[in-house]
Amino acid sequence: MVQLTLPKNSKITTGKTWPKPEGATNVRKFQIYRYNPDAGKNPSVDTYFVDMDKCGPMVLDALIKIKNEIDATLTFRRSCREGICGSCAMNIDGINTLACIYGMDEIKADVKIYPLPHMPVVKDLIPDLTHFYAQHASIMPWLETKTNKPAKEWRQSIDDRKKLDGLYECVMCACCSTSCPSYWWNGDKYLGPAALLHAYRWIIDSRDEATGERLDDLEDPFKLYRCHTIMNCSKTCPKGLNPAKAIASIKGMMIERTH
Amino acid sequence: MADVNRGNRPLSPFMIGPYYRPQMTSISSIMVRITGIALLGAALLVVWWLLAAATSSSYYDVVNGLLTCWFGDLIMFAATWALWFHVLGMVRHAIWDFGYCIEVAISEKMGWGMFIGASILTVITAIVV
Repeated sequence: MVQLTLPKNSKITTGKTWPKPEGATNVRKFQIYRYNPDAGKNPSVDTYFVDMDKCGPMVLDALIKIKNEIDATLTFRRSCREGICGSCAMNIDGINTLACIYGMDEIKADVKIYPLPHMPVVKDLIPDLTHFYAQHASIMPWLETKTNKPAKEWRQSIDDRKKLDGLYECVMCACCSTSCPSYWWNGDKYLGPAALLHAYRWIIDSRDEATGERLDDLEDPFKLYRCHTIMNCSKTCPKGLNPAKAIASIKGMMIERTH
Repeated sequence: MADVNRGNRPLSPFMIGPYYRPQMTSISSIMVRITGIALLGAALLVVWWLLAAATSSSYYDVVNGLLTCWFGDLIMFAATWALWFHVLGMVRHAIWDFGYCIEVAISEKMGWGMFIGASILTVITAIVV
């Protein structure tokens, strides 16, 4: 259902303002969402000041600097620092993106960082992605075959392989699904752009032999058809993919197979 | 993981505006919804006007007076804009449903087209009517 406000336990309060670095001339203000499950308090927004002359160019560089030098309790996921693991997905400056590949020069005012939108928060910038992963698993993200296994591998022509470009690159960072108002309001039943992009990736794989079953599973008022082409997903994808187009292609296949 | 607090986790903020930056695609999509709902109200006004005409000439005079005073004109002008915007939104959906133009850049242009197109068509409608 449409929801426009946060529940009582999620209302955001003003948090701590941490001291400015001494002697720094090029200081930038960061406002970061904090939630400590052990404190029994509502989430808050803490203010930090970072010396930009001694900081790398990406938002993740600043987060790591804050954690190392100002506040060791600041909690966030990160791993590869080059946009391939999808761990550091968060809401930065009003859009969802990967902190490691988002440059601070792209942000005009203070840097505002929140967890991915409309998700249960485990701690600080870490959302609980259990349901998101379960939805991904539900679309059978693997090759389904019925014919006997070939002697070597399942072969694919160059043209058929090309159909997977723009789909296989998805790193499951959840930026797209958590940018989608439909997913915010019907995320319990609507699969969301990430899971649907993966569904399409297997539907059009020339080697896959369960296309019918895959489409049957998606033929549902919520799983697929809660997509209203709002396109926040494609706009925000840090990998430049287009989940909206993948979903539209599935819808097209649904119509085609009834004729 | 014994005593992990799973039940009372806060919901991260999501609201369009303060937390999620409005996009041309999202705003034009939401406006299609809003104009659709508003048009239901406008349609009821027109039905009321027709019912009044079928009831009696004195009742018709009252309702007709209300709907053609400056405030009634304003509502009908806004409803005309909403109707055009909604129609253009449906045209955009039809284009998408045929598999065309599902790219962010062109969808944003179509969003601008809906706002500008609806405004121009409304003015033309007002001049003609």
